[in-house]
Amino acid sequence: MTTAVSTRLREGTLGTSAVRPDANAKVSGSFAFSSDMWADGMLWGATLRSPHPRARIVSIDVAAALAIDGVSCVITAEDVPGQLTYGLIAQDQPVFARVGDEVRYVGEPVAAVAADHPETCRRALAAIRVDYELLTPITDPEICIAGTEETLHPDGNIFREQRVVHGDQSVTGDIVVEGTYVIGMQDQAFLGLEAALALPDHDGSGVELYIATQWLHEDRKQIAACLGLAEEKVRLVLGGVGGAFGAREDISLQVHTCLLALRTGRPVRIAYDREESFYGHVHRHPATIWMRHHADLDGRIRRVEARVVFDGGAYCSTSPAVLVNGISQIQGPYKCPSATVESWAVRTNNPPCGAMRGFGVVQACFAHESQMDKLAAAVGVDPVEIRLRNAMETGDVLVTGQIVDDVAPVERCIRETAALPMPPMTPDSDDYRDIPGGSGLTADRRHIRRGVGWGVSIKNLMYSEGFDDFSTARCRVDDGVVTIKFATAEVGQGFVMLAQQIARTVLGVDEVLLDTIDTQIGSAGSTSASRQTWMSGGAVDAACRAARERLLDLVAERDGLERDSLSIDDLEITDGLSYRRTVVDAARGLHVDETAEYRHPPTEDLDENGQGNCHVAFAFVAHRAVVDVDLDLGLVKVVQVATAQDVGRVLNPLSCVGQVEGGIAQGLGLAVMEEIVVDEGLVRNPSFTDYLLPTFLDAPEVVTSFVEEFEPKSPLGAKGVGEPPCISVTPAIVNAIRQATGRELPRVPVRPSDICL
Amino acid sequence: MTNHSPPTLDYHLSVNGRQLDVQDAWIGESLLYVLRERLGLPGSKGACEQGECGSCTVVLDGRAVCSCLVLAASAVDSEITTIEGLGSGQALGDVQQAFIDAGGVQCGFCTPGFVVAVHHLLSAHETPNDNEIKEALSGNICRCTGYGRILEAVREVVVRRRKS
Amino acid sequence: MVEINLHDRRPSSVVSLSRIDELKRYDVTDEFVTIGSAVPYADMERGTLADLLPALAQAARTVGSPQIRAAGTLGGNLGTCSPAGDGLPVIAALDAVIDIVSSSGERHVPFGEFMTGVKRNSLAPGEIIRSISFPRRNGWQGYAKVGSRNAMVIATASLCLTRSSTAVTVALGAVGPTIIRALDAEAWIAAQCDLSRPIAPDVAREFAERVAQSARPIDDHRSTAAYRRHAVRVLALRLLERSDV
Repeated sequence: MTTAVSTRLREGTLGTSAVRPDANAKVSGSFAFSSDMWADGMLWGATLRSPHPRARIVSIDVAAALAIDGVSCVITAEDVPGQLTYGLIAQDQPVFARVGDEVRYVGEPVAAVAADHPETCRRALAAIRVDYELLTPITDPEICIAGTEETLHPDGNIFREQRVVHGDQSVTGDIVVEGTYVIGMQDQAFLGLEAALALPDHDGSGVELYIATQWLHEDRKQIAACLGLAEEKVRLVLGGVGGAFGAREDISLQVHTCLLALRTGRPVRIAYDREESFYGHVHRHPATIWMRHHADLDGRIRRVEARVVFDGGAYCSTSPAVLVNGISQIQGPYKCPSATVESWAVRTNNPPCGAMRGFGVVQACFAHESQMDKLAAAVGVDPVEIRLRNAMETGDVLVTGQIVDDVAPVERCIRETAALPMPPMTPDSDDYRDIPGGSGLTADRRHIRRGVGWGVSIKNLMYSEGFDDFSTARCRVDDGVVTIKFATAEVGQGFVMLAQQIARTVLGVDEVLLDTIDTQIGSAGSTSASRQTWMSGGAVDAACRAARERLLDLVAERDGLERDSLSIDDLEITDGLSYRRTVVDAARGLHVDETAEYRHPPTEDLDENGQGNCHVAFAFVAHRAVVDVDLDLGLVKVVQVATAQDVGRVLNPLSCVGQVEGGIAQGLGLAVMEEIVVDEGLVRNPSFTDYLLPTFLDAPEVVTSFVEEFEPKSPLGAKGVGEPPCISVTPAIVNAIRQATGRELPRVPVRPSDICL
Repeated sequence: MTNHSPPTLDYHLSVNGRQLDVQDAWIGESLLYVLRERLGLPGSKGACEQGECGSCTVVLDGRAVCSCLVLAASAVDSEITTIEGLGSGQALGDVQQAFIDAGGVQCGFCTPGFVVAVHHLLSAHETPNDNEIKEALSGNICRCTGYGRILEAVREVVVRRRKS
Repeated sequence: MVEINLHDRRPSSVVSLSRIDELKRYDVTDEFVTIGSAVPYADMERGTLADLLPALAQAARTVGSPQIRAAGTLGGNLGTCSPAGDGLPVIAALDAVIDIVSSSGERHVPFGEFMTGVKRNSLAPGEIIRSISFPRRNGWQGYAKVGSRNAMVIATASLCLTRSSTAVTVALGAVGPTIIRALDAEAWIAAQCDLSRPIAPDVAREFAERVAQSARPIDDHRSTAAYRRHAVRVLALRLLERSDV
């Protein structure tokens, strides 16, 4: 970490490593995650799921389940009082699959039970008889694109088809490189499993739901529609969220839990186990991307061509938006005057896919960064030089025709990354923990070859294509006590801390209380798309500024001061002359209550040629990876990742480092180990025994540098830092393995057999 | 399908120095479940049910184990320490404080398991090097931090203890 | 416990062996190192047992996580009899005997007769595994395990090799329905060269190939048969090289 923090900053304000307000509770085990919620008289809920990737439900018989002692109720599609389906973009996903209809993926909910004990629930689920007529699953996206098979859903098999035609279509290159790249299905694998507690109103007219989610208001909208209730009858409170990474943007157990609570008139908790979690949420889209780069003899890109296929699985979720994110940034952070892209996101009988950190750009970046190394080799320059020659700058144009009017320090990111220290080339120990294979004692140092690789990425910030993407915050000052309220989902990223930092900075106080995060205020939008620092940060900042102005009005009025002379200096209100009182003291007896909404400038849909100003803003990052590879066994240890990231402005140094290091570990996972293995629609590894996450011994040393160029478009001058770390680190690692092995390695995760067989 | 109730038991567990009653508990319940759902000690977390994440780490008779893999009824003779038994009253322990200071806490779900594991590591080994720390904690998965700040936290505890 | 958590097993009663101290002890005689079935792997990673049985210590260190090693035992590996059980190739290569007791007496079963298939063994109802007796043996022994993570990983292939001046033994894990002894390769190399001297590279390569041919791997979600066989070849060669001390 190379960021220097000015000592002139007051502790806890913007720019300092303020401490999380929930930290004490989290380290002492008293923080209440949604899975820790409990209520008197509570029942347990559980969900029956389809074991088949595609089948027609002939009948469902719940009688035997209802007969079990301790079972309170069993519900199916017939018990859904409102809309039978839900979804973020298209409402195509059933709350429960209906008799006569098809189940479309393994794990699709068919029924749910409420009972007095998890074990009773399990026995009840086992007692439900479902007759299925098995149908042949369609699991190859190309079949859907070809349009030769029957449709899997009334909405069709294509979630979105989008082309991009930009610039001179006749351009060809003096140098042409191409390749087809495959990205496996990654899981968000948050640790805090899906869990919710629903409390029915006494008269059964409404429900309160404690839920770990990324977006309370969107959840409420979808839940209320399915329950057939007005939105105000459904109140959501954020339960402690144990990580999200995109997997909590869609509905999972929300409607089921509420339905069971309303049916039984008792509190109901559903808590998934790990296997059910793999079935219960969307994953990162597996993708196949063909790319061809045309460049001049110096390696300057003239045109890219691409064919992009994202497998969305059984239901739509956010597939159309994920696809647009990928193709609109398919050129990477490089100048590219013309482009020809065709792309599809399709429906199959594979597990549904949707949001995951990086949202479509991860897949695109693996392709373009693999291509950049091929281009470097074809031109005969090194990987850094090829990227510098093409580095995007402010004012350059995306393949969508959108001008990048942000701070765009791509060259600086690359150069600052290159300047970070390399790890020693000959490791100084034979400690097995430093060698690929670790305690397996598979290799000695002499079996290992080192490689260095690069990746650079662009990532859009906020929602796109015309979405009304606002955030709301409220600031109250009562008798000198500052309280901030918002509906921003705190999923671990630290917005609760940032909100306090903003309030301390704007209002000149040290103590800032945070109100409950719930739906008793306007929406904050989703905790995704690296948007909350900008959006909810903007809303809290605006609310605090409005409160400050109002407070100064009231102080001027009460104390007979010239309003225009008043300002807040550190912790004090002063008129610049003799008046000087602490804000807390001056605010006694006064009451201020201001609510603000923050909106970014509007965006547009892409047209049929993929042209349009669809994004709000962009952030950039460079990664350099150093890996050690056992060439004979194909085992890899990532030694070090160096990164310089464009962040606009560092608001909390320690928190930024945490985001960078955590994102890098996730990108490492995709590079060398993480994949949901799907075979004919069946998930082969729905457990942490077989879905491998990086451990402490897999995590590399991370050397971080922040590129701070104040972003004028951003309310705080800062860009979101959450997604960029996990994007180009994946190709950086794979490029390093390619350098060590000489293999093409067109697919992630790279498996040992890909390296040594 | 049988309809009879599953077998249940009454027993005592010794947790954080206190004898606690467990009544009418299904025989298949894990120690993690009993701690969380019957004894009001939800600080230990469950995230994998098979000993692959370390979120449920407790100390059982001086050994750090995954409480999800301990049959609760078989722990009747054991002394169990959970996250709730660390620290002293309201004050945080040095490991807990170091996690905060070093930025080792994000979503916090893995944190209790890590804190217990670090406590246990440092009670057996006062000055572990980085590789020893990493290996000792390789059974605790963190999905948020990438482990860098957690490594820093453990290093800080080692330094602070050496100084004091 | 995992089987209960994952709903695969519903016990109607449970007998805890945790109070039987005899199962938690180990004994060393001139002939045998006898390890109680409830001795945790953590106790094999260092200390007396590690000095006596270095291959077992190496295998123990690859078992799951530190938390698993604090609770996991050879008895558990034997009871489950997964081909990927980390301790099993060591038991097989060292010709250890499984000491089984029941109310009607005791019997001592060589490992090759104990494990009968994937998660199948010859334990009869009412029998428990008391201990595992490793014959004391001079010479070199070593263990290696391949998995696609640098810690806490199930083996995709594992191998234990012992070498004395007269014999080499090799046992393979996770590459067949049972632990496999590469008997053909063992006999071939013993006939081929003087094992008290460094082994010529071409002999080592041929040996590794013969070991690889004894594997009976399959494709599954963890790896492929081709990779497993390849990994066995590499491990056999490397361990044989390591045994040239």
